Parts: sequence; C-alpha cells; structure tokens
Amino acid sequence: MSGYFKDIYDGIATAMVGMKITWGHLFTKSVTIQYPDVKHDIPERVRNRLYVNMDDCIGCDQCAKVCPVNCITIETAKSLPTEDLGETSTGNKKKLWVTKFDIDIGKCCYCGLCVFPCPTYCIFMTDVFEFSEYKREDLIYKFATLTEEEAAEKTANAVRQKQEQEEKKKAALEAKKKAEEESKAAEKQKPETGENEGADQKAPTT
Amino acid sequence: MESLLQSFLGDNLLTLVLYCALPLVFIILYELLAILGEVKISAFMQDRLGPMRTGPYGIIQPIADVLKLIQKEDITPKNADKFLFNLAPYLSFMAAYAAFAVVPFSSQYVGANLNLGAFYLLAIGSLNVAAIMMAGWASNNKYSLYGAMRGVAQIVSYEVPAAMMLVIVVIFVGSLNLQDIIVAQSGPIWNWIVFGGPKADVMLPSGQLFEASWINLVYLPFFLAAAVMYYITALAETNRTPFDIPEAESELVSGYHTEYSGMKFAMFFMSEYANMFLVSAVTAILFFGGWNSPFGTYVGELVNVQWLVPVEQFLWFAFKGLFFVFVIIWLRWTLPRLRVDQLMYMCWKVLIPFSFAIALIVGFLVVVL
Ligand code: SF4
Ligand code: SF4
Repeated sequence: MSGYFKDIYDGIATAMVGMKITWGHLFTKSVTIQYPDVKHDIPERVRNRLYVNMDDCIGCDQCAKVCPVNCITIETAKSLPTEDLGETSTGNKKKLWVTKFDIDIGKCCYCGLCVFPCPTYCIFMTDVFEFSEYKREDLIYKFATLTEEEAAEKTANAVRQKQEQEEKKKAALEAKKKAEEESKAAEKQKPETGENEGADQKAPTT
Repeated sequence: MESLLQSFLGDNLLTLVLYCALPLVFIILYELLAILGEVKISAFMQDRLGPMRTGPYGIIQPIADVLKLIQKEDITPKNADKFLFNLAPYLSFMAAYAAFAVVPFSSQYVGANLNLGAFYLLAIGSLNVAAIMMAGWASNNKYSLYGAMRGVAQIVSYEVPAAMMLVIVVIFVGSLNLQDIIVAQSGPIWNWIVFGGPKADVMLPSGQLFEASWINLVYLPFFLAAAVMYYITALAETNRTPFDIPEAESELVSGYHTEYSGMKFAMFFMSEYANMFLVSAVTAILFFGGWNSPFGTYVGELVNVQWLVPVEQFLWFAFKGLFFVFVIIWLRWTLPRLRVDQLMYMCWKVLIPFSFAIALIVGFLVVVL
C-alpha cells in the first residue's frame, strides 16, 4: 500500500522535475545558427575545396602522383629556350607550361595528401565548403591558366622543339658516325690516335 | 450578444448562423496561434529557434502550413470504406465544435445556455470516440486500427474520472449550468473553486442563492486535487503526450489518421487542437473561474464603460484557456509517452479511486456544511 502512494508521489514529483527542466530551457539561449545567413567559424587547417595557385605551379606532377584516387590530371609542355616563364614566389624557376591542371573534386576524398609534396606550396585547402553543382562535370575544376589555343600552341611548340632537337641529335649522331668512319679510315692509316673516341661517346648522353 | 446581432441584422436565419459561427472564428484564430505556439515552444524547450524563414521570426508559418495542407492531394485508399473514411474527420471536428456550443466565452456570449451544460459536455465529448473508431476501422490499415482501438480504450476509460471531477463541481455548486458554475466563482481569485469556492453568498443566474462562507476553505485540498486530476484526464482525452498512445508516431506511424491526407488530415488536426482548447477551457470554467477576472473587478466597471466588461471577460477566458493549452504543450515536450498498461493503471487504479473518494468527501461536506 505504501508502495502505491509512493508511486503516485514519485509520478507527480518527477513530472514536476521534468517540467522545471523544460521551463528552464524555454529561456535558455538557442544554439541554432541561422546557417546560410550566419556561418559557423570553421577551424584552421580544415580540409575543404582545393585551390591551386597557378602562378606558383611548376608542373612537377607530384600532387597528381600522390593522390590516392587519381583525381588530379596534369599535362605539361616544355617551354622554348626563348620563353621566360619567370620564377615562383618561393624562388623556383618555372620551366614547364602547365597546359592542363584538372581536379575532379567529385572524386576527391579530402585527404590532403596532395598538399604536402608540393615544392612551391601552391596547392592548398581553402575554407570554401559550399560548392554543390547540378552536373557532375561541373565538379571538375580546371585550373590551367592557358586558353585552349595557347595550350595547343605550347604543346605544338614543345613537340616541334623536341623534333628539332631529335633531328639535331640525329644529325649530330650521323656527323659523329661520319667522323668515326673517317677517323677509322684514318686509323687504318694511323692506328695510334684513339683518344677522341671516349669524348665522342659521352656527348649523346647529355 | 444575440440581441446585439439581431439589432444589426434583424431576427433571421443569417443572424443565427453568424451567432453559431463566432466560436469557429475564434477556434480558427486560436489554431493558427497554437500551431505556431507548438512549434516555437517545442523549439525553445529544445534550445532551437524553430521556423524562422516565413515572415519575421517565422510568425506566418501556420498560414504556410494551412496553404500546404489545402494543396495536398486528397487520397482515399482503394480498399478503405469510402463513406465512413470520408465521414470520420468531419465527425471528429463536428464533435469538438459541438462542445463549444455550451462554453461560455463571457457573461454575454454562450452558444446555448443549457441547464444541462456540464452533462452535454460529457455526452458530446464521447462522440469523438466514434469518429476515431470510424477512421481507424474504415482505413483498412493495421496501424490505423491499432491506433483507433487504443484511442477508444483510452478515452472511454478516462471519461469515468473526468465525469467524476465534473460531478464533484456540480455537487458543490448545485447546478449543471456552466454559467451558474462560473458566476458562483465571481469575485476575487480566492473565490475560484480550486481555492475552495466562493466565500460569500452569490446569486446564481438561474435564480438560486448560493450560500457560502469562509468555511468553504475546507474544500481547498479536495478541489485542488480534483483540478489536477481533471487536467490529467483531459490530457488523456485529447490524445496528447504523455497519453498519445493512439497516435504514437514511433510505433504506429500516426495511429488512426495514418491514411489521411490533405484537408481530411487537417480536420483531424483541427479537432485535436479544438479539443485541446476545449478541455483547457473546461478546466478554467470548472476550477479557475471561467471568464471571471482574478481581481474581482473589471476595468470597464471602474471607468464605467459597460461594453468593455464582456470584452474583458472574454479576454480573461481566452487567457486562461490559452494558459492551459500552453501547459499541455509544455507537458508534451517534457514527458515521454506512457505504456498502455501504465495508462490503464493510472486511470483505473489511481484516478478513479481518488475521484470517487473526493466525490464522497465533497458530497458529505456539502450536506454537512
Ligand atoms: S585531397 Fe587527397 S584525394 Fe583530394 S586531390 Fe588531394 S590527394 Fe587527391
Ligand atoms: S605539386 Fe605543386 S607545383 Fe607540383 S604540379 Fe602539383 S601543384 Fe604544381
């Protein structure tokens, strides 16, 4: 019987306790942040959208190699000796045109691994976290600063330069062969002179 | 009030319809307020802000909700009993609205000043059970049926203590007329029944003289307990948390109105909110002085502007009703839902014995004093 009355008492008392708590919360300052208007302070070193400062990128491809999901695609073209690409803010000499620098942010897992190997600190995480798109293709960010024509031109330049160099090399090789043959022919006449050979063999490896 | 309307519009049907529609206007306005109150109070109690986008501080959110409900498709399940399914929501709201007929909003306005007001209130309150059962059965859905069964079991059980509480007040005042019950409590706050009833003789509108004196203070503990108990049973009859097992969204989807959508759902919703105000108003009428001002006098009387008095009475009445609605909402966001057996335990083993005991004691005291 006393248990019965105790239950009733407990029922009423605990309900009162609960009501007191909710009454207190009625006047507690709300924790809501009015999101699109007001934003949370995000911590430093947070990992969100990647950004590449193309002025500093030397096209070394390190970030693309380290990325575990292969979402960075880099294509480069060698610059002509006549072109001066300037230096990065860290003092590295730029030698390559970066004709393509795409990050498929839809694949990115925000591991931040690409950030560390960059020798010029030009790929980094920003605090932008609102970048939803309607189309998947729109999530592929193109960072290359060259226009398509420029990129094509630079690639063509690089290809031409390479061809020219190869031709030059071939020509040099042929010239060397000729010279060798000549020297061999000469050797038959004068077998003592063989010191030039070593120097000639070294030359094509550079 | 009726004569006022008649003087404007003449004695015809339109006057009568307008006269009957006045509580509806009040209910609709109150419902908009209650919807906003519910979301805002729940939000504040959970340290949130609630809706903030529709209008300044989200105050036109209820209007947006209503517009949304109007636009919703009105679905009737293929295997439902179409006639009963479509009838139930209207019956439910009608039951809630019909009860407002005897609720005195002020000394000048009461839809029907029945001498059997309190009895009518009990009788019409049971009609809601029929609507719930109808909805649950006609939906042809297991959740609906379970919800309806639980709802009926709950409401029928809780009607017993609710009726006993009403009887206690009726025994004390000696009248079933709600205006009589309210007038008996006129005067300052200590004349309210919850504080032991009037402390001096009162002339009731029905012509009876209600004899009273300070000895009525002995009733105070009994009426206080009765008021609390009536409020608990009222909560159970409106199917609100902690007694919302007929709806129990975590186990029964949403009980008997699972299959309802659009305006038919809105009717159930309106009937729930109307019922909430109704039981709050009845609590106020029976125990907290109805439309009486707690100061025993009205500003209108002090400055001698007669038409202000009923307006003030209405404001007091609305304030008391809304206060109890607020407590219902407050409880909803405080207490968890009871289990079915706990619910029945509470009704049959706690509320009913206590209500009978109080009724006996009060009856005895009324005879003796
Ligand atoms: S953050 Fe990780 S996944 Fe994203 S681009 Fe960098 S290395 Fe690849
Ligand atoms: S590691 Fe840095 S410098 Fe190298 S390609 Fe990536 S972004 Fe450019």
